[in-house]
Amino acid sequence: MEKIHLQINGRNYHLEVPATELLVDTLRERLGLTGTKKGCEIGECGACTVLIDDKAVNSCLILTAQAEGKKITTIEGVGDYNNLHPVQQAFLNHDAVHCGFCTPGMVLSVIGLLKRNPRPNEKEIREAIAGNLCRCTGYKQIVEAVLDVIGQGEKNI
Amino acid sequence: MKNFKYIPAESLEKASQKKDDSVLMAGGTDLLGMIKDDLLTPETVINLKSLKELKNIRYNAGKGLEIGALATITELAENSDVQKRFPVLVQTCKEIASPQLRNVGTVGGNLCQRPRCWYYRGEFNCLRKGGDTCFAVDGENKFHCVVGGGPCYIVHPSDLAVSLLALDASLEIFSNGKLKTVPIDDFFILPEQNETKENILEPGEIVTKIIVPEIPAGSKCAFIKFKERASWDFAVVSLGILLNTNGSTIKNGRIVFGGVAPRPWIDTALNTKLTGAATDEKNLKSLADSALLEAEPMSKNDYKIILVRNLLKQALIDLSKN
Ligand SMILES: Cc1cc2nc3c(=O)[nH]c(=O)nc-3n(C[C@H](O)[C@H](O)[C@H](O)COP(=O)(O)OP(=O)(O)OC[C@H]3O[C@@H](n4cnc5c(N)ncnc54)[C@H](O)[C@@H]3O)c2cc1C
Ligand code: SF4
Ligand code: FES
Ligand code: FES
Repeated sequence: MEKIHLQINGRNYHLEVPATELLVDTLRERLGLTGTKKGCEIGECGACTVLIDDKAVNSCLILTAQAEGKKITTIEGVGDYNNLHPVQQAFLNHDAVHCGFCTPGMVLSVIGLLKRNPRPNEKEIREAIAGNLCRCTGYKQIVEAVLDVIGQGEKNI
Repeated sequence: MKNFKYIPAESLEKASQKKDDSVLMAGGTDLLGMIKDDLLTPETVINLKSLKELKNIRYNAGKGLEIGALATITELAENSDVQKRFPVLVQTCKEIASPQLRNVGTVGGNLCQRPRCWYYRGEFNCLRKGGDTCFAVDGENKFHCVVGGGPCYIVHPSDLAVSLLALDASLEIFSNGKLKTVPIDDFFILPEQNETKENILEPGEIVTKIIVPEIPAGSKCAFIKFKERASWDFAVVSLGILLNTNGSTIKNGRIVFGGVAPRPWIDTALNTKLTGAATDEKNLKSLADSALLEAEPMSKNDYKIILVRNLLKQALIDLSKN
């Protein structure tokens, strides 16, 4: 077992986990943070995206032990039903959530982008979500939602 | 995943004295995939990330660029010196995998990643795993190599390897307590030399640095990658090119192909034709059409030769313009 300290959504966790445990499983199974989704488990779909030190990563391809001492943000730390993050609200406004399976990862990739680049253009938005697979929306509404958040409306689409 | 012990590397020395049943991990984006698929069943995983000194990216005017092997692909792409002096590397990084994987995957790991042949990654005991058959020969070989193959027919999956070879980079390797420097051209090997590995690394050897010389004044570089999907994918074929022209002729250059061979590929016959070649469109087209003349495509991949020639044609024409 590995003794691990993680700061998840602003809260400190001291955990003992097997060396083989993946971050996605620690979040979902051990801590009940099931907003993080598990899709392909091989880095291809982005459903498991979380932020580590404000950077988007696939939690299915990282050992919990690798995240030792790091700051982790999951969708639960972004906003909740009564207090949506502007990105989440824009996703709703633009009908960018259909089945919703990709949404937590998608929102975190977008927030990761906005932390580095507060005014991305459409190309940069599309690059930032290239690792997040959405089977429903065709991405158009998602890009529109992000452009809306950054105050550019739909004029650039 | 079969249980393993996890230890952060204390020092290069300690990490390199690893036993046969332990493996080195950088970002883990390739390694964990291998372990999940039971292609590797290590007793111990040694995490190199604790070796902070291997993360630096440094540029020295006149000398060039030093990339610590543990720098992530994102860190390389976002480095201001790299953006200014080596835009071709930024271009390459942006073509690799997804943002999430680039935030974790390292430059050293990208060069040392294992092949993506679907038989190898699947449940086939092929030659590369110590078996006695290459299943690609009579099987699904659309994405396999067209040159340099035999007895195994993988393509090397690394995009950075292609650009770094075009830039004539070297690797610094920690080996038996000492550092040695090896041209990247000598780092990658063909299956005929050893079909169970893709490079010269012996157990315990660690890539510490990638050294990229200055791009010669007047030279232009590009990396072009053809993939089947618009978002992310491994290269079907790719091209790294460095070209120095003076109006009407090519002074010198280097062309490297990815996705066609078990290692980043230098077509020697093609490269020797570059110096002195006229840069009119007709000549550049015939130059491009002479690429990969020695190729021996498999049953389902001769399309790669046409693709490569067309990419090269476009690149030669674009880079010859002033
Ligand atoms: C879905 C997906 C898509 C991808 N698409 C692309 C793509 O389009 N283009 C591309 O080029 N790559 C692609 N990759 C590969 C990806 O870039 C690599 O997984 C990544 O660069 C590996 O870096 P890492 O630090 O995670 O390496 P690890 O997974 O930690 O290591 C990989 C291997 O290298 C060895 N190793 C690592 N560092 C060193 C070192 N310093 N010295 C000696 N040995 C070392 C390890 O022992 C291991 O065998 C893709 C991967 C995935 C999962
Ligand atoms: S190409 Fe190489 S890795 Fe793929 S099946 Fe043949 S021997 Fe195995
Ligand atoms: S579940 Fe992690 S990328 Fe698909
Ligand atoms: S909304 Fe269904 S996968 Fe994106």
